[in-house]
Amino acid sequence: MATAFSSSIHAIQHSRCENPSIASKKPSSAFLGSTHKLRFAAPSRSASVCAATRRRSSSVSAVSEVIKEKKQKSASSSSNLLITKEEGLELYEDMVLGRAFEDMCAQMYYRGKMFGFVHLYNGQEAVSTGFIKLLKKEDSAVSTYRDHVHALSKGVPAREVMSELFGKTTGCCRGQGGSMHMFSKEHNLLGGFAFIGEGIPVATGAAFSSKYRREVLGEADCDHVTLAFFGDGTCNNGQFYECLNLAALWKLPIIFVVENNLWAIGMSHMRATSDPQIWKKGPAFGMPGVHVDGMDVLKVREVAKEAIERARRGEGPTLVECETYRFRGHSLADPDELRDPAEKAHYAARDPITALKKYMIENNLAKEAELKTIEKKIDEVVEDAVEFADESPQPPRSQLLDNVFADPKGFGIGPDGRYRCEDPKFTEGTAHV
Amino acid sequence: MDRDPTVCVMGEDVGHYGGSYKVTKDLANKYGDLRVLDTPIAENSFTGMGIGAAMTGLRPVVEGMNMGFLLLAFNQISNNCGMLHYTSGGQFKIPIVIRGPGGVGRQLGAEHSQRLESYFQSIPGIQMVACSTPYNAKGLMKAAIRSENPVILFEHVLLYNLKERIPDEEYVLNLEEAEMVRPGEHVTILTYSRMRYHVMQAAKTLVNKGYDPEVIDIRSLKPFDLHTIGNSVKKTHRVLIVEECMRTGGIGASLTAAITENFHDYLDAPIVCLSSQDVPTPYAGTLENWTVVQPAQIVTAVEQLCQ
Repeated sequence: MATAFSSSIHAIQHSRCENPSIASKKPSSAFLGSTHKLRFAAPSRSASVCAATRRRSSSVSAVSEVIKEKKQKSASSSSNLLITKEEGLELYEDMVLGRAFEDMCAQMYYRGKMFGFVHLYNGQEAVSTGFIKLLKKEDSAVSTYRDHVHALSKGVPAREVMSELFGKTTGCCRGQGGSMHMFSKEHNLLGGFAFIGEGIPVATGAAFSSKYRREVLGEADCDHVTLAFFGDGTCNNGQFYECLNLAALWKLPIIFVVENNLWAIGMSHMRATSDPQIWKKGPAFGMPGVHVDGMDVLKVREVAKEAIERARRGEGPTLVECETYRFRGHSLADPDELRDPAEKAHYAARDPITALKKYMIENNLAKEAELKTIEKKIDEVVEDAVEFADESPQPPRSQLLDNVFADPKGFGIGPDGRYRCEDPKFTEGTAHV
Repeated sequence: MDRDPTVCVMGEDVGHYGGSYKVTKDLANKYGDLRVLDTPIAENSFTGMGIGAAMTGLRPVVEGMNMGFLLLAFNQISNNCGMLHYTSGGQFKIPIVIRGPGGVGRQLGAEHSQRLESYFQSIPGIQMVACSTPYNAKGLMKAAIRSENPVILFEHVLLYNLKERIPDEEYVLNLEEAEMVRPGEHVTILTYSRMRYHVMQAAKTLVNKGYDPEVIDIRSLKPFDLHTIGNSVKKTHRVLIVEECMRTGGIGASLTAAITENFHDYLDAPIVCLSSQDVPTPYAGTLENWTVVQPAQIVTAVEQLCQ
């Protein structure tokens, strides 16, 4: 799905200087301007999953397969097996973990263990699993407030996520972030953001870092990519467009993953967007735009593979629109009265977990019993997570002022001439400056 | 930038143009277009990009072509810059510097004459400093870049032409310390940025009239250096704050509260705060002059304070 850059642009040199900061020449201006030409292929109706690989040799194509109006075919239309047994089991386990975890969150919330705004991911598991399971640990992912499952897919232990949701000090963010602010330095999950769109520039920055490492710091094998997840509502927000421009302009290794679940709380995508086909907005900025069935983890995975490889090769960003659906309301506080029951039923019939299960059994990749074992294992993991979170301590008063600054000298110098943070009783006090 | 290859600059026209006030002149030639990055006009996004880069190991210096433009980046500065270290439980640090020219210039019109210190000062998790001389500009810039905290560095549009001898050897100033400009006995005058020069001009007049003002450039707008300030208050017992910020919710207002809370017993008179008028800066030269504090007003205020 490469855009047709004129061939000269592809001669991007990598700075190989030992001491890049002093000795580097100005790198070629390749990343600065977009002087490419784009040509479009007509929308294709052929097998979705192979289209990407087929077109690699020729020039541009913005592949689209708009299937919203069509009845959903069975889970996988490809006759060749797309995954090995191991991969299938990994995908299955990840999706089941996501679903079981979120269901437990709902229970815990109504039992008064979890508070505030909690946004559950039920139904969208194929997107998280399909993309994130292809990443290396060093790759980054940036999410929104609907981030529990992204955190789990990225490798953050269920215990730490549950603890964080309970507001305990053993949570991944020490209880300071909560449902909408999941972070993990170890697993390179850069958030968790409450305002829509504000994570996209952060993701763009992470992608910029990756390019900087390669070209300025001389880490020639640095090919980390960044995934930015966000919804259909965000696609009407300025930050989205600004970042599409920045990423395409500088060919940043980022994939913009739109989880189009058709609803932004109670605002239907159709009522909010002049052209609801979000994938089309990619080519307008000079990057490929792809639409994929987000209820089918195998299809998502195939598209994700191509987009991630593209980014790793240094060819720049991709915009992927995943048509998906959330089975629950926007958050646990949402009565979910506006959505048509027929629409909900339509997507419930396309449950990604059921679909994968069917695929694996029909293609003899796994037996029903094996899958049941996985489900049982996940139940235990989630129970254990709840137990761990329950037994963990609440944050003490002394934690209130921790982490406001990376360097606590930022609290300033007190009247006695000492830095406030030097006072051993400081964290029990106030943050007045 | 020589010392640390992770330091990079991003902003509008910082590269080939050398910066709207030439602060980054020739740096792109030396370090390349990726390290001195000319961005499109998208403040919120490139500030956010700087924050993401800071989280993943770089040390960006983000320039607002005019500080006022950073209002468009307020989302990123408040939510992400200030908060992410805390909401991530300390996992991610954001060693970013956000800087640019601000303040009232010469008839630049209301939107290019903004003082954003007051808007940003409440954001938890950031530090703010204002430079006023070539010496402290260099020292504070270095300190800000080396700091692990996000720092907003306020420069002033009218101060870029100052010339001063500065040391050849390396020096780094302290972000949290105030600067004693002129020791004195009668009154403590607290100021920052361009108003320092109006104060010093007024000081000349005051000295001729027999007063002995102590002038402190607070430099650190958040947090306040209450040690230097406190020692001065304990000595003179009278405080005058002179700032270019607006009166309402400005730096002076916070400073007044802080001094009153901490040093109330040492004050012989109420604190006087001279700030800019709470008006959008007018274009007409005469009106603009009346918007900011002038030396004559400072002289009058000191005389009244010392009665």
